[in-house]
Amino acid sequence: MDQSITLKVNGTSHELEVPTRRLLVDCLRYDLGLTGTKEGCSVGVCGACTVLVDGKMAASCLILAATLDGAEITTIEGLAQDGRLHPVQQAFIDYGGFQCGICTPGQIMAAKSLLDLNPSPSEQEIREWMMGNLCRCTGYYKILESIVNAIGPTQEASK
Amino acid sequence: MIDFQLHCPNTLEEALGLLGTYGDDARVMAGGTALVIQMKQRLAQPEHVISLRGVAGFNLIEESTEESTGESSNGVKGLKIGAFCSQEQVATSSTVREKLPLVWQAYRQVATPRIRNIATVGGGLVHGDPSQDPPPTLIALGASVTLTSAGGQRVVPVEDFLIDYYETDVRPGEILTDVFIPAAPVGSGAAYLKFLPRTADDYATVAVAAVVTLEEGPGGVNVCQDIRIALGAVGITAIHATQAEDMLRGQPLTEENIRAAAATVKDVVDPLDDYRGSANYKREMSEVFTRRAIQQALENVH
Repeated sequence: MDQSITLKVNGTSHELEVPTRRLLVDCLRYDLGLTGTKEGCSVGVCGACTVLVDGKMAASCLILAATLDGAEITTIEGLAQDGRLHPVQQAFIDYGGFQCGICTPGQIMAAKSLLDLNPSPSEQEIREWMMGNLCRCTGYYKILESIVNAIGPTQEASK
Repeated sequence: MIDFQLHCPNTLEEALGLLGTYGDDARVMAGGTALVIQMKQRLAQPEHVISLRGVAGFNLIEESTEESTGESSNGVKGLKIGAFCSQEQVATSSTVREKLPLVWQAYRQVATPRIRNIATVGGGLVHGDPSQDPPPTLIALGASVTLTSAGGQRVVPVEDFLIDYYETDVRPGEILTDVFIPAAPVGSGAAYLKFLPRTADDYATVAVAAVVTLEEGPGGVNVCQDIRIALGAVGITAIHATQAEDMLRGQPLTEENIRAAAATVKDVVDPLDDYRGSANYKREMSEVFTRRAIQQALENVH
């Protein structure tokens, strides 16, 4: 059964007819063509499908799109502004924060969400927050380094 | 996932009306983190899903002056937490941190923020998963839930609410709307220990919550006026360890007494073998962590 919803994704409103069983991650990828968001474990453990729902970090593999009528979603595609990458994206490039890339959109969305709440987290706070984002290439040190370098005024990374 | 019809009511009355109309063919979905997985796995195949996401209200954390048992600290009788509060709301609430630090601590240990932002307080309890973090703490503090139906309200202590493996005392036509948690008594100390041999966002191998209240006994020796102990992840529901409590109430909390009481939980837990440990290992660890939780609660008495 289909349901009519309006979703504001990365600032653009979309009127959609989605099957009630459509997950948010599938809605983004298949209905809107936003394939930056990845699906990993499908049970809310790996963090690959992380997006922001009304500004809050959420696992898009566990939410039915049809329940989100009127919600605002931010995905990895929505981070760059006026052709400039978000500082976290730039830092991941500059500090080698990704290898195969599958977990990267989720890592970056999680890191952005942390910096939205706490602009200058300690390394320990970063580790705790990022705990739910798995990288099977196991490049965790580079991910941590990228986020540490994306923080605050020492953001020379985005030169 | 099997196809179903979705209903998105805006008020509790509408939601209860839909529940009355569709009865057993409907499942209520709050955050959905548990139900969506069950539906993906076809463990749940409802014809109708009633989403509570758009329902107004029941999303506040309030200091409540409702009567609770015993004396309460800071002049506050307890906290009333709306069932539709996200678990992250509890985990980041300064009110909860100040008034009921044990609850704050327990909710911070639930999965990760990306799950806690979606999962609700009420949804988690109704799900009835015996490995969740909040139930042992809620039982140790004597919390209760309010179930609302078209006919009225029913208040049930959390320990009675959790009936069996993934089974709770939600009757047809009811929705869990509030959780009331009494403040810990004056002169009490509390602890929640979660044994996590794998990753920090995992379910516990065993989890124990303990709340200890002391009073001056004969000869000026501190004795245990009251104690509440509850365990998670080692049985079909969270377990209230009343036998251990009975052994300690009125007694001085010596190491010997604590050891003897903690040993009794081995007879009441009934863990499963899984990759978090064998049943025997979990049974042994239940004793060890009960002992440590009581000791830490005792150290936390202020």
